[in-house]
Amino acid sequence: MNFLNQIIQGVLLGGFYALLACGLSFMFGVMRIINLAHGSLAILAAFLLMGFCNYTNLSPFIGLLLVLPVMALLGWALQFTVLDRSLRAGPLIPVLSTFGVAVILDNSMFEVYGANSQSLGPNIGNLAYNSWNLTNTISIAQLDALVFVTAVVVLGGLQIILRYTALGRTIRATASDPAVVDLIGVNARMVYAAAAAMAMVMIGLAGAFLAMRNSFDPYAGGPQLIFAFETIVIGGLGSLWGTLVGGIVLGVAQNIGATISPHGFLIAGHLTFLVVLVARTFGGRIAWRALLPKRAAS
Amino acid sequence: MATTSYRVERWTRQSRLFAVIIALVLMVLAIGPFIFSADITDRLTTLFVYVILAAMWNAMAGYAGLVSIGNQVFIGLGGYFLIRLSDAGVSLYPAVVLAALIVGLIALPVGELMLRLRGGEFAIGMWVLAELSHFLVNLDPVIQGETGTSLTALNAYPPVAARNDTYWVGFVLMVVLLAVVFALLRGRVGAGVQAIRDDEVAAASVGVKVHAGKRIMFVLAAIGCAAAGGVWLATTISFQPGTFFGIQWTAYMLFMALVGGLGTFEGPIIGAILFFIMESWFGATGVAYLIGLGVTALAFSLFLPRGIWGSVETRLGIRLLPVGFSLRLVNPDGGRDRD
Repeated sequence: MNFLNQIIQGVLLGGFYALLACGLSFMFGVMRIINLAHGSLAILAAFLLMGFCNYTNLSPFIGLLLVLPVMALLGWALQFTVLDRSLRAGPLIPVLSTFGVAVILDNSMFEVYGANSQSLGPNIGNLAYNSWNLTNTISIAQLDALVFVTAVVVLGGLQIILRYTALGRTIRATASDPAVVDLIGVNARMVYAAAAAMAMVMIGLAGAFLAMRNSFDPYAGGPQLIFAFETIVIGGLGSLWGTLVGGIVLGVAQNIGATISPHGFLIAGHLTFLVVLVARTFGGRIAWRALLPKRAAS
Repeated sequence: MATTSYRVERWTRQSRLFAVIIALVLMVLAIGPFIFSADITDRLTTLFVYVILAAMWNAMAGYAGLVSIGNQVFIGLGGYFLIRLSDAGVSLYPAVVLAALIVGLIALPVGELMLRLRGGEFAIGMWVLAELSHFLVNLDPVIQGETGTSLTALNAYPPVAARNDTYWVGFVLMVVLLAVVFALLRGRVGAGVQAIRDDEVAAASVGVKVHAGKRIMFVLAAIGCAAAGGVWLATTISFQPGTFFGIQWTAYMLFMALVGGLGTFEGPIIGAILFFIMESWFGATGVAYLIGLGVTALAFSLFLPRGIWGSVETRLGIRLLPVGFSLRLVNPDGGRDRD
């Protein structure tokens, strides 16, 4: 029964990972950039939200109405200051420049907010600890359920936007060939900026829920980047619903690992990532099928 | 007007002169502990470690197009195997080399897997590897988790001997590793990996063995970083997994290679010296110093991606230690260079 509980909690954790990963996955799908500042940006959103809550004493959910647009603006700015220039300089430069952004963000947040662990748990009242008890040993925290539902809504919403709106079609076209869409009058840089802004809204949401579920500190971005990355690799890079599957697999593996040893949580997660990688590499299937642009935006 | 012929040259007068200067500098460094104070000797050992790390990171990123943010995995494993080997009774300095070779051996199968990843995926994949190794090393009871352990074998040496011997081991390893990189780059492998860096698909289409070239650079970097980790452990004595497997190493390596000049032989050495100087001036400011490193690395990647030396090389045409060839046009009448 305890084992079943671990799996259920792992699935719920997977919802959070899917939410955390979809910004990274989306940015990769559209711009072919692995944004190494992804985790640090989520932590930045968490600190911004904390600043808002401490200043106004309002709920973090109201704070999101302000923080998410700010994150979108930051994404827009990031595209025109860092990403655009990096993209034009070849495949290696985005890796270097986004790592530079991560180093700057982490240490600046440390300078501003100090080393203390923070949490928004106290700011959301009952939601932080209320849960539905299914049996004596299995209970589902309401916050976890909310995160899971949010992840599904965000992934589904993204799918609808990409498939049925003009913006979505433009983004998909740009993802498959930025040079060609330029020829037919689409400004690829603006499309990238819109994509970066959308990704940052998702990152902001993930950061907010991270702050409500757990504690966070200025250097917590690195592990979040790793979890997000493992999620999209396990789920198949570039596939949106694969992201949800990847998150669930990672979450379940970590929770089962945690029952085995105190370090088991992280070790099991990393090992699962490597096993998937080995299986893809030597399992006969060409992993890079998943990277083809038309699937990337579907 | 006479027909113009050309001459292909590798060693120019400039680079021959520079080779002599390098030889002199190396000779002075070789007898370093006899002429420098204890403090300078220690600090130079640190500089050797930085030069090795920068050169290895550059061998991967600058020459084989493999940007890794997890090379601390090799540093940490180098330190870990040094602890285990010296506990098992292998004498200290041979153990540094042996530990590095073991890490190189591990890197062979690991590389097979990681090299399938592209670009940013390879970068983070390496970090995952570093984190995993960190936790697995923590499971070893000898290491005592994050508390770490000490290189007790060093207690057998009188402090002066330990300082000087560590200096020499660091120096010799640096010279040997740089010489290996230099030799590799001048040969077939070097031409191959530089082609891979510039365009992998095109390189493969003209018959470059892409995978083999990347694998050589990967394993070389593993051995080099592990050796640097061993020397580092011999200078700091205590092995704390959190420090040895820390991401800060990547920030340092990236800074040194990028600022000095990715894809040049001289660049990472210059970058390491610059980093060394910056660290001694600003290291005490802690977080502000790290922000400065990040800002500088970002600025270079955006505005001067060829780094200091890369820019000097292209603008002034200087080749100090030639790993490539240069073409000179010669007018046969006057016999004078027309360039």
